[in-house]
Formats: sequence, structure tokens, C-alpha cells
Amino acid sequence: MSWTPQLPPVAKIEQKTIVDLIAKGRRVDERKLTDYRDIKIETGIVQKANGSAMTHLGKTKVMTGIKVELGAPFPDTPNQGVLTVNAELVPFASPSFEPGPPSEAAIELARVVDRGLRESKAIPLETLCVEPGKKVIIVFVDVYVLDHDGNLIDASAISALAALLTSKMKTYELDGGEVRVKDELLPLMIQNEPVAVTTAKIDGSMILDPCLQEELVMSSRLTVTSGRDGSLCAMQKGGLGAFTDQEVRQAVRTAIEKGKEIREVIKGATSGR
Amino acid sequence: MNKPEIRLIDDNGLRVDGRRLDELRPTKMEVGVLDKADGSAYIEQGKNRIIAAIYGPREAHPKHVALADRAVIKCRYHMAPFSVEERKSPAPSRRELELSKVIREALETSIMSELYPRTSIDITIEVLQSDGGSRCAAITAASLALADAGVPLREIVAACAVGKINGKIALDLSDIEDKEGDADLPVAFMPKSKAITLLQMDGSFTEEEFNQALDMAINACEKINEMQIEALKRKYISVKEQAEESREVAT
Repeated sequence: MSWTPQLPPVAKIEQKTIVDLIAKGRRVDERKLTDYRDIKIETGIVQKANGSAMTHLGKTKVMTGIKVELGAPFPDTPNQGVLTVNAELVPFASPSFEPGPPSEAAIELARVVDRGLRESKAIPLETLCVEPGKKVIIVFVDVYVLDHDGNLIDASAISALAALLTSKMKTYELDGGEVRVKDELLPLMIQNEPVAVTTAKIDGSMILDPCLQEELVMSSRLTVTSGRDGSLCAMQKGGLGAFTDQEVRQAVRTAIEKGKEIREVIKGATSGR
Repeated sequence: MNKPEIRLIDDNGLRVDGRRLDELRPTKMEVGVLDKADGSAYIEQGKNRIIAAIYGPREAHPKHVALADRAVIKCRYHMAPFSVEERKSPAPSRRELELSKVIREALETSIMSELYPRTSIDITIEVLQSDGGSRCAAITAASLALADAGVPLREIVAACAVGKINGKIALDLSDIEDKEGDADLPVAFMPKSKAITLLQMDGSFTEEEFNQALDMAINACEKINEMQIEALKRKYISVKEQAEESREVAT
């Protein structure tokens, strides 16, 4: 069951400030409407993981750890490895997060990140089969939201990709019915770089990369994920408002362009690692 | 490695079920199918068989979910264990939880929830048989059920998915087309206010293909909206006829 969430109250004056500023083409944090916040990425922080990345998007902090394990394939895809994305809204990341089973926000977050990686074919799952129908490689992508200052989807997608791009794994070989593990570490093969770009609509204006203050007054958001060749691989609208078709097309255009810039930032932070 | 392409369009440009690329599946809607619910609707779209029902506005339960300035909208999208090829566990999956959320958001825009503070409007959707595009058919049915319940709406929401099969943009994908196709774009739309209230996508579209697909989806939603209004009218006509009959019996 999903129900209308009780959002933390926002003072009318704060709401008005945000809306008035946007009407003048400005934002609460001095950005322009189409400015993205600074992205900082650190990789290789957790040695026990196959790959890890800490991503700062403004004050939003998301960490992702990659674990690679041997397991059983899904019955309908016996020749493919498995990709599993999970998101954890760590209780200290926001006063509104609580421990317990994953909330619908966490599930949506994980599924949007998952769709980006899966539909862009970022991980060639068919190369992760060890023994058809029996043993395949499972890639666990665990997204940890540590500090919530808005736009968790984009920050999570960036951090998941950065962690994957710097992941190393042992190789598994089939040797007479036995699976042999070679200790030599090789990079996990990644063949596309999906980047999610979220546009929020506030009082009829479209702004990029909403911070938390803006998310609390936005009517809706649209996340557009595009791949290396600029094609679209996933989209998700959220929030109680609506978009016109022109607004959607505009958000798509912006997302493809901004996606290119963000992809370069991610590649810069992960190359040679 | 690409999966071997399955031919989903024949030489005459027709699809597996004989439809044209821009053709909807056979669709039937009926309003007021349940006795106890405040409002209900049934939809058949292709092999989809879905019932949506409304309770409310009624006292919010549990009380702490109530909102001071508007009604809380609760929504549950659920698939029956027998609705798919292999039995599905009745426990809600992550997919169902996500769909419950996006369907609620798609409908909430249309509901004048500010008229009923501190109450709850409960939307329950049961997919009895699932085919491609079940979330869209669910929205179409749920919006009709809301209208049937007499919940004040800004407009009725219609929904339809557009996808890509064998490289071509195609309307209202069926199960096999969804599974073997290259992309899926579910859209919910309110025609008069030109508002897109649900938009999701997965697969692969170029920007140009996306724009074309969005046009096709909006067009289809307008058609579905007309069918919804027809279905609502049928219900009122039948109620009127019943009333007239009972009056004749009385006199």
C-alpha cells in the first residue's frame, strides 16, 4: 500500500522565497536554473568490496559498494549473470528516514538506478556466466544514502556507476565440472555509462538537480537516464504534479546534454583505477 | 551479444496479433461492477483483466497518516497469484510496491483531495490476468472507479503505453511485444489540461523516437479517455432505465 507522504512542513515564507527566486531565474543556493551542483567522487574506499565510490553532489552524500559473488542464475536467463541493485536510506541521512524494511522511496530509488544500468546494458551479463543454468556471477550494487540534501536518484546513479567502473573481480573458470577461482584481479567489464539527470518543476519552472529545500516545494520531478551514445535508456516521473509534453521534451533535451558533462566527470574520477 | 531478433511485425506491417502499429488492443470498460465498494470499474485491454475499486473519502486509518489540509490517497496495485504464467507469490513484490507509488501519483493530480481534509481515499487495484501495459490499464480503470465513487476529479486520467518492436514505434504493447521488444514507455495523461501524470521508460529510444512515441501515447490516451466517458455514460443510462422500470412497476 502506498499513501500520500506527510512532508516536513515548509514555512510559507521559505516557499515564497524559493518560488520568487526561481521566477527571477535564480536559486536558493545561488545556482542558475540549469546549473548542476558540484560533483566529487572518491573511489576505492572500502577495500573489502570489489569496488566502492563515495559521491558528493553538493551536500548530498551517497556511497556505493559492489560485491561480486558466485550464485545461481534466474531460470529464464540461464546463460546470464545477475545484477541486483539495492538502496538503503541510512537513518542518519535525514530526520525523516527510519530504520526498518525498505520504504517505497528506497525501492523506487533502487529500481530507477537498476533500470539505468540494466537497460543501457552497462554490464554485459552474458559474459558473467560460469556454468549455464547452474553457476553465474552475481553483481550486487548496494547504494548507501548517507546525507540527503536532495536529488538522491542522480547521486546514487553516479555513485553506482563510479563504483562499477572501478570494480575488480576474481575470475571464475569451469574445470571439469568444478569452478576454479583465480586470485588475479581483473576489472569488471563495463560497456556503457548511463547517467541520470533529474529536472524538477516548481511553480511552472523547470530546474535541474533540485536540492532538498527545492524538493520539498516542487510539484514533480522527471529523471531521464541516457547512455554513452545519447540514447535514452530509462525515465521516471515522480511527485504529485504533472508535466506538459513540451516540458518533458525539454527535460529530455537537457538531460542528454548534461549527461555528457557528468559522464566526463565520472570518467575523469575513475580512469586508471 | 544481441538476442536473436524475434519477428514481431510481418511483411504487411501487421503485428503478432494482427494489429497495425498504431492500433490499440480490443478494450472494454465497465463501471460499477462491485456492490460494496463506493466506486468500481473493470477493464479488459488485450488479455488484461483488472478490477479497480474505491473506498472513501472515509476516516483515515491508521489515524496518523491523515493530513490536516487534504485527503490522504492510498493506493495498492496487486497481481493475483494466477494472473501470470507461473504462479506469483501473493506477497507484494518490489515491482508492485513501485507501481503502487507511481499509480497513486498519476491519479492524485486529478483528485480534488483538498475538499476532504483528514480523510482517506483508498484505491485498490487487482490484476486478475496480466498482459503488457497492466499499469496503464490499471490507471484507466482506477480513474473510472474514482469517478464512479463520486470523488470530485479535475479530469479523468487515461493511460497507455507505447513501445518499440523490431525497431519500430508501436502502440499498446502486448505481453510478448513487451518482453521481446526494445523499449516501453507508459504514459498517463489528462487530455483537457494536457497534463502528463505518469511517465516511465525503459529500453532504448533515440531522442527522436522518444518524441514520436510520446505523441503516439498522448493520442492514444485521448482515444482511451473517450472510451472512459462512454463507459461512465452507459452506467448512468442503465441506472436511469432501472429507475424508470421500478417506477412503472409501482404505478
